[in-house]
Amino acid sequence: MLDKTIATILVSAIAFVVVYALTPALIKTLEKRKLVVKDYNKVGGTMVARPGGPSILAGILASEIVLYAFYSSTDVLAIILTTFFAFLVGLADDRRVLGGWFKPLALAASAIPIILLGTYDPHLAFPLFGHVRIPELYVALVIFMIPITGNTVNSIDVLNGVASGFMTIASFALTISLFIVHHYDIAIASLPLGFVSLAFYKYHKFPSKIFPGDSGALTLGAMYGAIAIVGHVEIIAAVALLPAVINSFLFLSSVKRIIEHRQLKSNPVEHTEDFKLKATADKDAPVTLVRLIVANRPMTEKEVGFTIFKLALFSAALAIITAFMMDVHI
Amino acid sequence: MSAPIYVYVSIMWIMIVAGGGLLVTIISPIHIHGFGKFDEFLDSGVKAAIAVTLVVLWIFIMSKAKNWIFHKRIRN
Repeated sequence: MLDKTIATILVSAIAFVVVYALTPALIKTLEKRKLVVKDYNKVGGTMVARPGGPSILAGILASEIVLYAFYSSTDVLAIILTTFFAFLVGLADDRRVLGGWFKPLALAASAIPIILLGTYDPHLAFPLFGHVRIPELYVALVIFMIPITGNTVNSIDVLNGVASGFMTIASFALTISLFIVHHYDIAIASLPLGFVSLAFYKYHKFPSKIFPGDSGALTLGAMYGAIAIVGHVEIIAAVALLPAVINSFLFLSSVKRIIEHRQLKSNPVEHTEDFKLKATADKDAPVTLVRLIVANRPMTEKEVGFTIFKLALFSAALAIITAFMMDVHI
Repeated sequence: MSAPIYVYVSIMWIMIVAGGGLLVTIISPIHIHGFGKFDEFLDSGVKAAIAVTLVVLWIFIMSKAKNWIFHKRIRN
Protein backbone atom coordinates (compact mmCIF):
# COMPACT_ATOMS: atom_id res chain seq x y z
CA MET A 1 0.00 0.00 0.00
CA LEU A 2 2.81 2.41 0.99
CA ASP A 3 4.77 1.82 -2.22
CA LYS A 4 1.59 2.47 -4.24
CA THR A 5 1.10 5.78 -2.42
CA ILE A 6 4.74 6.72 -3.06
CA ALA A 7 4.42 5.75 -6.73
CA THR A 8 1.22 7.79 -7.06
CA ILE A 9 2.79 10.94 -5.61
CA LEU A 10 6.06 10.46 -7.48
CA VAL A 11 4.63 9.91 -10.99
CA SER A 12 2.13 12.75 -10.57
CA ALA A 13 4.85 15.16 -9.41
CA ILE A 14 7.30 14.12 -12.14
CA ALA A 15 4.66 14.45 -14.90
CA PHE A 16 3.63 17.92 -13.72
CA VAL A 17 7.07 19.33 -12.94
CA VAL A 18 8.74 18.09 -16.16
CA VAL A 19 6.13 19.75 -18.40
CA TYR A 20 5.87 22.86 -16.23
CA ALA A 21 9.65 23.36 -16.23
CA LEU A 22 10.41 22.25 -19.78
CA THR A 23 7.71 24.13 -21.72
CA PRO A 24 9.12 27.69 -21.29
CA ALA A 25 12.47 26.47 -22.69
CA LEU A 26 10.66 24.75 -25.54
CA ILE A 27 8.74 27.97 -26.32
CA LYS A 28 12.03 29.91 -26.50
CA THR A 29 13.66 27.28 -28.72
CA LEU A 30 10.67 27.13 -31.09
CA GLU A 31 10.52 30.94 -31.32
CA LYS A 32 14.26 31.12 -32.01
CA ARG A 33 13.89 28.57 -34.82
CA LYS A 34 10.84 30.47 -36.12
CA LEU A 35 8.61 27.45 -35.55
CA VAL A 36 5.59 29.65 -34.92
CA VAL A 37 2.08 29.80 -36.39
CA LYS A 38 -0.51 32.54 -36.59
CA ASP A 39 -3.28 32.60 -33.98
CA TYR A 40 -6.17 33.58 -36.24
CA ASN A 41 -8.46 34.38 -33.31
CA LYS A 42 -6.30 37.30 -32.12
CA VAL A 43 -6.37 40.84 -33.47
CA GLY A 44 -3.45 41.14 -35.88
CA GLY A 45 -2.76 37.40 -35.72
CA THR A 46 -0.22 36.93 -32.93
CA MET A 47 2.48 34.33 -33.68
CA VAL A 48 2.49 31.38 -31.29
CA ALA A 49 5.14 28.65 -30.83
CA ARG A 50 4.24 25.14 -32.04
CA PRO A 51 4.45 22.19 -31.40
CA GLY A 52 4.33 21.58 -27.66
CA GLY A 53 4.31 17.82 -28.19
CA PRO A 54 7.97 17.30 -27.13
CA SER A 55 7.43 18.67 -23.62
CA ILE A 56 4.16 16.70 -23.25
CA LEU A 57 5.95 13.51 -24.29
CA ALA A 58 8.89 14.24 -21.98
CA GLY A 59 6.51 14.51 -19.00
CA ILE A 60 4.72 11.30 -19.93
CA LEU A 61 7.91 9.30 -20.59
CA ALA A 62 9.70 10.51 -17.45
CA SER A 63 6.79 9.60 -15.17
CA GLU A 64 5.80 6.34 -16.86
CA ILE A 65 9.42 5.09 -16.99
CA VAL A 66 9.69 5.71 -13.23
CA LEU A 67 6.44 3.76 -12.79
CA TYR A 68 7.83 0.97 -14.96
CA ALA A 69 10.94 0.89 -12.73
CA PHE A 70 8.62 0.38 -9.74
CA TYR A 71 6.44 -2.43 -11.14
CA SER A 72 7.98 -3.69 -14.46
CA SER A 73 4.42 -3.89 -15.74
CA THR A 74 3.82 -4.77 -19.40
CA ASP A 75 0.64 -2.65 -19.19
CA VAL A 76 2.77 0.44 -18.51
CA LEU A 77 5.21 -0.59 -21.25
CA ALA A 78 2.33 -0.84 -23.75
CA ILE A 79 1.10 2.63 -22.75
CA ILE A 80 4.62 4.07 -23.13
CA LEU A 81 5.23 2.54 -26.58
CA THR A 82 1.80 3.36 -28.01
CA THR A 83 2.05 6.96 -26.79
CA PHE A 84 5.58 7.32 -28.17
CA PHE A 85 4.64 5.98 -31.63
CA ALA A 86 1.59 8.28 -31.76
CA PHE A 87 3.89 11.20 -30.88
CA LEU A 88 6.13 10.31 -33.85
CA VAL A 89 3.08 10.31 -36.16
CA GLY A 90 2.04 13.69 -34.79
CA LEU A 91 5.55 15.12 -35.09
CA ALA A 92 5.72 13.98 -38.72
CA ASP A 93 2.38 15.74 -39.29
CA ASP A 94 3.66 18.90 -37.61
CA ARG A 95 6.72 18.91 -39.88
CA ARG A 96 5.02 17.90 -43.11
CA VAL A 97 1.23 17.74 -43.49
CA LEU A 98 0.20 14.09 -43.83
CA GLY A 99 -2.66 13.01 -46.09
CA GLY A 100 -6.19 12.56 -44.75
CA TRP A 101 -6.01 8.75 -44.53
CA PHE A 102 -2.30 8.33 -43.78
CA LYS A 103 -2.56 9.66 -40.23
CA PRO A 104 -5.33 7.28 -39.05
CA LEU A 105 -3.45 4.33 -40.57
CA ALA A 106 -0.15 5.34 -38.95
CA LEU A 107 -1.96 5.81 -35.63
CA ALA A 108 -3.54 2.36 -36.01
CA ALA A 109 0.00 0.98 -36.27
CA SER A 110 0.80 2.71 -32.95
CA ALA A 111 -1.60 0.27 -31.28
CA ILE A 112 0.55 -2.74 -32.25
CA PRO A 113 2.49 -2.80 -28.90
CA ILE A 114 -0.81 -3.33 -27.05
CA ILE A 115 -1.58 -6.36 -29.24
CA LEU A 116 1.96 -7.79 -29.25
CA LEU A 117 2.35 -7.43 -25.49
CA GLY A 118 -1.12 -8.93 -24.98
CA THR A 119 -2.13 -6.18 -22.58
CA TYR A 120 -5.80 -6.31 -23.45
CA ASP A 121 -8.74 -8.36 -22.29
CA PRO A 122 -11.19 -9.28 -25.07
CA HIS A 123 -14.16 -8.68 -22.76
CA LEU A 124 -16.03 -5.44 -23.38
CA ALA A 125 -17.62 -4.32 -20.09
CA PHE A 126 -20.92 -2.44 -20.14
CA PRO A 127 -22.73 -0.75 -17.25
CA LEU A 128 -25.75 -2.59 -15.76
CA PHE A 129 -25.58 -5.55 -18.16
CA GLY A 130 -22.14 -7.13 -17.59
CA HIS A 131 -19.60 -7.93 -20.28
CA VAL A 132 -19.42 -9.54 -23.68
CA ARG A 133 -16.51 -11.66 -24.94
CA ILE A 134 -15.47 -10.66 -28.48
CA PRO A 135 -11.94 -12.05 -29.11
CA GLU A 136 -11.64 -11.37 -32.87
CA LEU A 137 -13.65 -8.15 -32.83
CA TYR A 138 -11.70 -6.82 -29.87
CA VAL A 139 -8.38 -6.84 -31.77
CA ALA A 140 -10.06 -4.68 -34.43
CA LEU A 141 -11.37 -2.44 -31.66
CA VAL A 142 -7.82 -1.99 -30.30
CA ILE A 143 -6.58 -1.00 -33.76
CA PHE A 144 -9.47 1.44 -34.27
CA MET A 145 -9.42 2.92 -30.78
CA ILE A 146 -6.04 4.72 -30.95
CA PRO A 147 -6.74 6.60 -34.23
CA ILE A 148 -10.21 7.48 -32.93
CA THR A 149 -9.09 8.88 -29.57
CA GLY A 150 -6.02 10.54 -31.14
CA ASN A 151 -7.99 12.30 -33.85
CA THR A 152 -10.88 13.11 -31.52
CA VAL A 153 -8.57 14.99 -29.15
CA ASN A 154 -6.84 16.59 -32.14
CA SER A 155 -10.19 17.78 -33.50
CA ILE A 156 -11.04 19.60 -30.26
CA ASP A 157 -7.74 21.51 -30.41
CA VAL A 158 -9.37 24.55 -32.04
CA LEU A 159 -9.10 27.34 -29.47
CA ASN A 160 -6.59 28.50 -26.87
CA GLY A 161 -6.35 26.01 -24.01
CA VAL A 162 -9.24 23.82 -25.09
CA ALA A 163 -7.38 20.57 -25.89
CA SER A 164 -5.21 20.60 -22.74
CA GLY A 165 -8.04 21.82 -20.47
CA PHE A 166 -10.47 19.28 -21.89
CA MET A 167 -7.93 16.46 -21.50
CA THR A 168 -7.22 17.49 -17.90
CA ILE A 169 -10.91 17.02 -17.06
CA ALA A 170 -11.39 13.82 -19.11
CA SER A 171 -8.16 12.22 -17.81
CA PHE A 172 -8.92 12.83 -14.14
CA ALA A 173 -12.46 11.49 -14.71
CA LEU A 174 -10.86 8.36 -16.22
CA THR A 175 -8.46 8.03 -13.27
CA ILE A 176 -11.33 8.34 -10.75
CA SER A 177 -13.32 5.77 -12.76
CA LEU A 178 -10.36 3.35 -12.77
CA PHE A 179 -10.19 3.62 -8.97
CA ILE A 180 -13.97 3.01 -8.76
CA VAL A 181 -13.71 -0.19 -10.84
CA HIS A 182 -10.70 -1.28 -8.69
CA HIS A 183 -8.06 -1.14 -11.45
CA TYR A 184 -5.61 0.60 -9.13
CA ASP A 185 -2.37 0.00 -11.05
CA ILE A 186 -3.75 1.45 -14.28
CA ALA A 187 -5.35 4.29 -12.31
CA ILE A 188 -1.85 5.23 -11.10
CA ALA A 189 -0.51 4.85 -14.66
CA SER A 190 -3.23 7.22 -15.90
CA LEU A 191 -2.35 10.02 -13.45
CA PRO A 192 0.54 11.41 -15.56
CA LEU A 193 -1.90 12.09 -18.42
CA GLY A 194 -3.99 14.40 -16.24
CA PHE A 195 -0.99 16.13 -14.65
CA VAL A 196 0.82 16.57 -17.98
CA SER A 197 -2.34 18.13 -19.47
CA LEU A 198 -2.75 20.39 -16.43
CA ALA A 199 0.86 21.60 -16.56
CA PHE A 200 0.64 22.23 -20.30
CA TYR A 201 -2.65 24.12 -19.82
CA LYS A 202 -0.67 26.75 -17.87
CA TYR A 203 1.01 27.80 -21.16
CA HIS A 204 -1.75 26.80 -23.57
CA LYS A 205 -4.62 28.66 -21.86
CA PHE A 206 -5.90 31.96 -23.28
CA PRO A 207 -3.80 33.79 -24.50
CA SER A 208 -1.69 30.83 -25.63
CA LYS A 209 2.09 30.98 -25.49
CA ILE A 210 2.35 27.59 -27.20
CA PHE A 211 0.10 25.24 -29.20
CA PRO A 212 0.33 21.47 -28.66
CA GLY A 213 0.30 20.77 -32.41
CA ASP A 214 -0.53 17.34 -33.77
CA SER A 215 2.38 15.84 -31.83
CA GLY A 216 0.84 17.08 -28.57
CA ALA A 217 -2.81 16.35 -29.31
CA LEU A 218 -2.18 12.89 -30.77
CA THR A 219 0.13 12.01 -27.86
CA LEU A 220 -2.59 12.92 -25.34
CA GLY A 221 -5.32 11.17 -27.34
CA ALA A 222 -3.35 7.99 -27.99
CA MET A 223 -2.31 7.68 -24.35
CA TYR A 224 -5.96 8.14 -23.34
CA GLY A 225 -6.99 5.35 -25.74
CA ALA A 226 -4.19 3.05 -24.57
CA ILE A 227 -5.21 3.52 -20.91
CA ALA A 228 -8.85 2.80 -21.82
CA ILE A 229 -7.87 -0.51 -23.46
CA VAL A 230 -5.27 -1.65 -20.91
CA GLY A 231 -7.53 -0.61 -18.01
CA HIS A 232 -10.62 -2.30 -19.55
CA VAL A 233 -12.66 0.91 -19.29
CA GLU A 234 -13.37 1.51 -22.98
CA ILE A 235 -17.02 2.53 -22.52
CA ILE A 236 -16.28 4.82 -19.56
CA ALA A 237 -13.47 6.45 -21.56
CA ALA A 238 -15.81 7.04 -24.49
CA VAL A 239 -18.37 8.69 -22.20
CA ALA A 240 -15.79 11.07 -20.68
CA LEU A 241 -14.76 12.07 -24.20
CA LEU A 242 -18.33 12.68 -25.48
CA PRO A 243 -18.12 16.44 -26.23
CA ALA A 244 -15.04 15.81 -28.38
CA VAL A 245 -16.74 12.77 -29.95
CA ILE A 246 -19.73 14.96 -30.79
CA ASN A 247 -17.41 17.55 -32.35
CA SER A 248 -15.85 14.88 -34.60
CA PHE A 249 -19.25 13.36 -35.35
CA LEU A 250 -20.80 16.70 -36.32
CA PHE A 251 -17.78 17.53 -38.47
CA LEU A 252 -17.67 14.18 -40.26
CA SER A 253 -21.43 14.04 -40.82
CA SER A 254 -21.37 17.49 -42.42
CA VAL A 255 -18.25 17.10 -44.62
CA LYS A 256 -18.91 13.36 -45.18
CA ARG A 257 -15.24 12.41 -45.59
CA ILE A 258 -11.98 12.33 -43.64
CA ILE A 259 -10.18 15.63 -44.21
CA GLU A 260 -7.99 17.96 -42.19
CA HIS A 261 -9.40 21.22 -40.81
CA ARG A 262 -6.81 23.10 -42.84
CA GLN A 263 -8.31 21.65 -46.06
CA LEU A 264 -11.70 23.27 -45.40
CA LYS A 265 -12.85 25.82 -47.95
CA SER A 266 -15.15 27.65 -45.55
CA ASN A 267 -14.75 28.15 -41.82
CA PRO A 268 -17.51 27.21 -39.37
CA VAL A 269 -16.97 30.44 -37.38
CA GLU A 270 -16.20 34.06 -38.23
CA HIS A 271 -15.15 37.14 -36.26
CA THR A 272 -17.27 40.11 -35.28
CA GLU A 273 -15.79 43.61 -35.41
CA ASP A 274 -14.77 43.33 -31.75
CA PHE A 275 -13.15 39.96 -32.57
CA LYS A 276 -15.70 37.73 -30.90
CA LEU A 277 -16.52 34.38 -32.49
CA LYS A 278 -19.82 34.04 -34.34
CA ALA A 279 -21.38 31.24 -36.39
CA THR A 280 -20.90 31.58 -40.11
CA ALA A 281 -23.88 32.07 -42.44
CA ASP A 282 -22.11 29.94 -45.06
CA LYS A 283 -24.30 26.89 -45.65
CA ASP A 284 -21.34 24.86 -46.98
CA ALA A 285 -19.31 25.32 -43.80
CA PRO A 286 -19.11 22.25 -41.54
CA VAL A 287 -21.09 22.02 -38.33
CA THR A 288 -18.80 21.90 -35.30
CA LEU A 289 -19.19 22.10 -31.55
CA VAL A 290 -17.86 25.69 -31.52
CA ARG A 291 -20.29 26.71 -34.29
CA LEU A 292 -23.20 25.35 -32.23
CA ILE A 293 -21.98 27.07 -29.06
CA VAL A 294 -21.79 30.49 -30.74
CA ALA A 295 -24.98 29.97 -32.79
CA ASN A 296 -27.14 32.01 -30.40
CA ARG A 297 -24.78 34.91 -29.81
CA PRO A 298 -21.17 35.87 -30.51
CA MET A 299 -18.80 34.91 -27.70
CA THR A 300 -15.17 35.60 -26.84
CA GLU A 301 -12.66 32.79 -27.35
CA LYS A 302 -12.32 32.50 -23.58
CA GLU A 303 -16.10 32.16 -23.11
CA VAL A 304 -16.31 29.41 -25.73
CA GLY A 305 -13.43 27.59 -24.01
CA PHE A 306 -15.19 27.67 -20.64
CA THR A 307 -18.45 26.47 -22.24
CA ILE A 308 -16.55 23.46 -23.61
CA PHE A 309 -15.02 22.86 -20.15
CA LYS A 310 -18.52 22.85 -18.60
CA LEU A 311 -19.56 20.24 -21.16
CA ALA A 312 -16.41 18.26 -20.33
CA LEU A 313 -17.30 18.38 -16.62
CA PHE A 314 -20.82 17.16 -17.44
CA SER A 315 -19.53 14.18 -19.45
CA ALA A 316 -16.88 13.53 -16.76
CA ALA A 317 -19.74 13.24 -14.24
CA LEU A 318 -21.56 10.84 -16.60
CA ALA A 319 -18.35 8.78 -16.93
CA ILE A 320 -18.02 8.50 -13.14
CA ILE A 321 -21.71 7.52 -12.86
CA THR A 322 -21.06 4.90 -15.57
CA ALA A 323 -18.12 3.57 -13.51
CA PHE A 324 -20.39 3.14 -10.47
CA MET A 325 -22.96 1.41 -12.72
CA MET A 326 -20.35 -1.21 -13.70
CA ASP A 327 -20.86 -2.96 -10.36
CA VAL A 328 -24.66 -2.88 -10.66
CA HIS A 329 -26.33 -5.68 -12.62
CA ILE A 330 -29.97 -5.86 -13.66
CA MET B 1 -27.53 28.62 -24.05
CA SER B 2 -25.92 25.24 -24.57
CA ALA B 3 -28.91 23.21 -23.34
CA PRO B 4 -29.42 21.32 -26.65
CA ILE B 5 -25.78 20.17 -26.53
CA TYR B 6 -26.28 18.80 -23.00
CA VAL B 7 -29.42 17.01 -24.25
CA TYR B 8 -27.42 15.55 -27.12
CA VAL B 9 -24.62 14.35 -24.80
CA SER B 10 -27.26 12.75 -22.55
CA ILE B 11 -28.93 10.99 -25.50
CA MET B 12 -25.54 9.68 -26.63
CA TRP B 13 -24.85 8.34 -23.13
CA ILE B 14 -28.25 6.60 -22.92
CA MET B 15 -27.70 5.10 -26.38
CA ILE B 16 -24.29 3.75 -25.31
CA VAL B 17 -25.76 2.11 -22.18
CA ALA B 18 -28.79 0.75 -24.09
CA GLY B 19 -26.59 -0.50 -26.96
CA GLY B 20 -24.41 -2.33 -24.44
CA GLY B 21 -27.49 -3.95 -22.94
CA LEU B 22 -28.61 -5.15 -26.36
CA LEU B 23 -25.15 -6.54 -27.08
CA VAL B 24 -24.84 -8.38 -23.75
CA THR B 25 -28.38 -9.71 -23.33
CA ILE B 26 -29.41 -10.55 -26.90
CA ILE B 27 -26.40 -10.86 -29.20
CA SER B 28 -23.80 -12.34 -26.86
CA PRO B 29 -25.85 -15.52 -26.04
CA ILE B 30 -26.27 -16.35 -29.76
CA HIS B 31 -24.35 -19.56 -30.62
CA ILE B 32 -24.07 -21.22 -34.01
CA HIS B 33 -23.82 -25.02 -34.19
CA GLY B 34 -23.78 -27.63 -36.92
CA PHE B 35 -20.91 -26.39 -39.07
CA GLY B 36 -18.15 -28.43 -37.42
CA LYS B 37 -14.83 -26.64 -37.21
CA PHE B 38 -16.39 -23.52 -38.73
CA ASP B 39 -18.74 -23.08 -35.76
CA GLU B 40 -16.50 -20.66 -33.86
CA PHE B 41 -15.58 -18.71 -36.99
CA LEU B 42 -19.23 -18.32 -38.04
CA ASP B 43 -20.22 -17.50 -34.47
CA SER B 44 -17.71 -14.63 -34.29
CA GLY B 45 -18.52 -13.49 -37.82
CA VAL B 46 -22.26 -13.27 -37.21
CA LYS B 47 -21.75 -11.45 -33.89
CA ALA B 48 -19.30 -9.04 -35.52
CA ALA B 49 -21.73 -8.38 -38.38
CA ILE B 50 -24.57 -7.66 -35.93
CA ALA B 51 -22.28 -5.42 -33.84
CA VAL B 52 -21.22 -3.45 -36.93
CA THR B 53 -24.89 -3.13 -37.99
CA LEU B 54 -25.71 -1.83 -34.52
CA VAL B 55 -22.93 0.76 -34.78
CA VAL B 56 -24.25 1.89 -38.18
CA LEU B 57 -27.77 2.08 -36.69
CA TRP B 58 -26.38 4.05 -33.73
CA ILE B 59 -24.72 6.54 -36.08
CA PHE B 60 -27.95 6.85 -38.09
CA ILE B 61 -30.03 7.53 -34.96
CA MET B 62 -27.49 10.05 -33.62
CA SER B 63 -27.46 11.77 -37.00
CA LYS B 64 -31.27 12.06 -36.95
CA ALA B 65 -31.15 13.29 -33.34
CA LYS B 66 -28.53 15.85 -34.39
CA ASN B 67 -30.78 17.18 -37.15
CA TRP B 68 -33.76 17.25 -34.79
CA ILE B 69 -31.97 18.99 -31.90
CA PHE B 70 -29.71 21.38 -33.77
CA HIS B 71 -31.83 22.01 -36.90
CA LYS B 72 -32.96 25.48 -35.88
CA ARG B 73 -29.51 26.50 -34.64
CA ILE B 74 -27.75 25.37 -37.80
CA ARG B 75 -30.34 27.04 -40.05
CA ASN B 76 -30.04 30.30 -38.14
